[in-house]
Amino acid sequence: MCLGIPAKIVELYETNGMKMAKVDFGGVIKEACMEYLPDAKVGEYTIIHVGFGLSILDEQEAMETLDLLKQIDALGDELPGLT
Amino acid sequence: MNDNKVNLLGWTCPRPLLNYPTIVMGHGAGGQMMADLIEHLFAPAFDNQWLGQMGDSAAISLLSLLEGSQSGKSILNQQSAINIAFTTDSFVVNPLFFPGGNIGELAVNGTVNDLAMRGARPKFLSAGFILEEGLPMEILGAIVTAMAQACKKAGVSIATGDTKVVQKGHGDGVYINTSGIGIIPAGLDIGPGNARPGDAVIVSGTVGDHGIAVMSVREGLTFQTGIQSDTAPLSGLVDAMMRASAVLETSEGPQPIHCLRDATRGGLSAVLNELAGASKVGIEFDERKVPLRPEVNAACEMLGLDPFYVANEGKLVAIVRNELAEQVLAAMHAHEYGKDAAIIGKVVSEHPGMVTAKTSIGGMRVVDVPAGELLPRIC
Amino acid sequence: MKYIDEYRDADLTHRLLAQIQKTVTRPWNLMEVCGGQTHSIIRSGLDRMLPAQINLIHGPGCPVCVTPLELVDKAIALAALPEVIFTSYGDMLRVPGSSRDLFAVKATGGDVRIVYSPLDAVQIAKANPNKTVIFFAIGFETTAPANAMAILQARAQGLKNFAVLVSHVTVPAAITALMDSPDVQVDGFLAAGHVCTVMGYWEYEPLAEKYHIPIVITGFEPVDILHGVLDCVQELETGQFEVRNAYARSVTHDGNQPAQAVIRNVFEMTDRAWRGIGVIPMSGYRLRDEFTAFDAEQRFPQIQSIETHESPLCISGLVLQGRKKPDECPAFGKQCTPRTPLGATMVSSEGACAAYFRYGRYLPEMKKDERQ
Repeated sequence: MCLGIPAKIVELYETNGMKMAKVDFGGVIKEACMEYLPDAKVGEYTIIHVGFGLSILDEQEAMETLDLLKQIDALGDELPGLT
Repeated sequence: MNDNKVNLLGWTCPRPLLNYPTIVMGHGAGGQMMADLIEHLFAPAFDNQWLGQMGDSAAISLLSLLEGSQSGKSILNQQSAINIAFTTDSFVVNPLFFPGGNIGELAVNGTVNDLAMRGARPKFLSAGFILEEGLPMEILGAIVTAMAQACKKAGVSIATGDTKVVQKGHGDGVYINTSGIGIIPAGLDIGPGNARPGDAVIVSGTVGDHGIAVMSVREGLTFQTGIQSDTAPLSGLVDAMMRASAVLETSEGPQPIHCLRDATRGGLSAVLNELAGASKVGIEFDERKVPLRPEVNAACEMLGLDPFYVANEGKLVAIVRNELAEQVLAAMHAHEYGKDAAIIGKVVSEHPGMVTAKTSIGGMRVVDVPAGELLPRIC
Repeated sequence: MKYIDEYRDADLTHRLLAQIQKTVTRPWNLMEVCGGQTHSIIRSGLDRMLPAQINLIHGPGCPVCVTPLELVDKAIALAALPEVIFTSYGDMLRVPGSSRDLFAVKATGGDVRIVYSPLDAVQIAKANPNKTVIFFAIGFETTAPANAMAILQARAQGLKNFAVLVSHVTVPAAITALMDSPDVQVDGFLAAGHVCTVMGYWEYEPLAEKYHIPIVITGFEPVDILHGVLDCVQELETGQFEVRNAYARSVTHDGNQPAQAVIRNVFEMTDRAWRGIGVIPMSGYRLRDEFTAFDAEQRFPQIQSIETHESPLCISGLVLQGRKKPDECPAFGKQCTPRTPLGATMVSSEGACAAYFRYGRYLPEMKKDERQ
């Protein structure tokens, strides 16, 4: 239900008393509201939904999880349904 | 002015139209709604073999052009094999200016490309302007200058034109209609119905650039990006492709290039679906093989759009005989507008009329035609 | 794109699928709550790649789909008023009301504008002091903080011409209603990763406990979905019923506290009607009394009595509850298509019916048991 896309914070400032940021989605830069992430820093990645940052992505957590998943043995056999 | 009222019920299945008692924006978006309007209103009304080709431009034999003409009788025998490509396109872009161009370039390149998709060499254009009262002269000047430059680049001349002005509030500044003619080399038959199982599907470069460039400056959705519209005249590229496949010299056997179609509104998916439908074949492609700029990808992710639905203005899809695909691709890579060309898939006999794609995780999805106007989503 | 591409990795996907295949010993029904998850699964073809014993049921997590018909009709009535600029997220524009949709209102002269962020609607209000700007505040808990901020901003900037039409729904009550219904067949839940980014997952612990059902907080990309499925299946196979977090890079137990505080500040819980399902108690938000001035329904009392007519053919409700698959609906693909939708699940980009139609799941060659 919630299109939340990761973006990198490239600039932080204030508008109308709200903490705002310029965030980079990978070559596309848009303004987003950071009121809900008071500790956000430039260089961090955030999940953006309807122009608002909702969480700071935990890089450590992400790497650990991915490493764990990668350790799962790949089976030699083809699974049904794979093209 | 014709007095006959349009009788929707008199034609083929009016249901899709009856859902909309008035025209809505989706009818112009290049997707299924527009196809319905053409199929259920325009085509049955105008009903003729040339419109029935449903190509980007109509191929009209000199024979039909001269038919019924007394003076034409003498020319008939020698030149009957010549086909003229004839097309028209209207441009109602908002905003008028966007990164990489303006409505002027679109108006020239759009029509040039419709002719080129038949293998025709575009030569002459007409330009009709509907101008809104109050339009600043320097805006019109910038548009016209852009058109002149585009004509030079494409090697065409605007041979005739018309200008009308409508009251303030009755037009988005400028509407432009261009029509164009060119000659199709004798014996050449490139059309949407010619794809055959086994053929290779080629796209001439990155998709979605134009649509995203326009969206980036559209009110309510503005974002910063380096993406520019890809508006370009493709006649030179088509020429290079035809020479590479020696199609002009082929006097026997099936010609190598079966279909050409430029991808405009409705994006890559609209073109592939049109070709699959017209040729009654299936098309399968690999999502990862479709050239896509990272920034266009990022913008699509941000807005929740599928890049295969986003508009282009300088890209074509070619369906060619498999044996010659690499040759044609090499010629495209050597051309300014084909540098990122790629073979993305093939034509199959299964699921005729349907387009499927291998997804990034190795799964399979059906790639359908967008219903109407492309809308950003939050869900 | 960072944090996206890694989670669309084909190799990792296949490893996870293999692991799920090794783990599963009997059929399980898993419900992915969020429509965005449904969309991702079907678009990537993941549903056809999962082992046959895993049956994914598509849940009601599509705020567009569950927005009551009455509210859609009210939106349409408001948008048609000449003094109104009606602003909305793009998703709502093609949702069918009793007789037409917001797009059609635009076509007949209504000033309907798509916004990307609710703050854009506030800007429009500021720039058009002679019009009333109404914002269609739909969504789950994920969108509530943003919608709430728009209201606070309008108040802070002293705007008198800004109002919201609220249609917020919340997930935990929906899960309760689903699990309490007599023919429920769900064995485990893949909870909505972005709802939980805001709310945390503390609300789901009592639910897992009460219904003895595993709930795994899951993300949206293929690797995330499979991670969630794997965790859920592991729990089911070993008789566990805990809440697990398979989207830890974004979700924490307590969630986003500042966002929750603002939600509580602006909204309060209320009973909400879910289109196709019915009224679920305490399943949504409404504006607190102190924000009544921003309530579009109070400002325009004429819309309060609206008669609605749902299509008799539409079985959206059964689809949303996971009791029927879209292609089991007699109208699917015939009277009801994305171009001619009878219900919201066919319109919304993440509605199950639209996903089935667009990605061809009704075709014989796409059915799971026909895989090569």
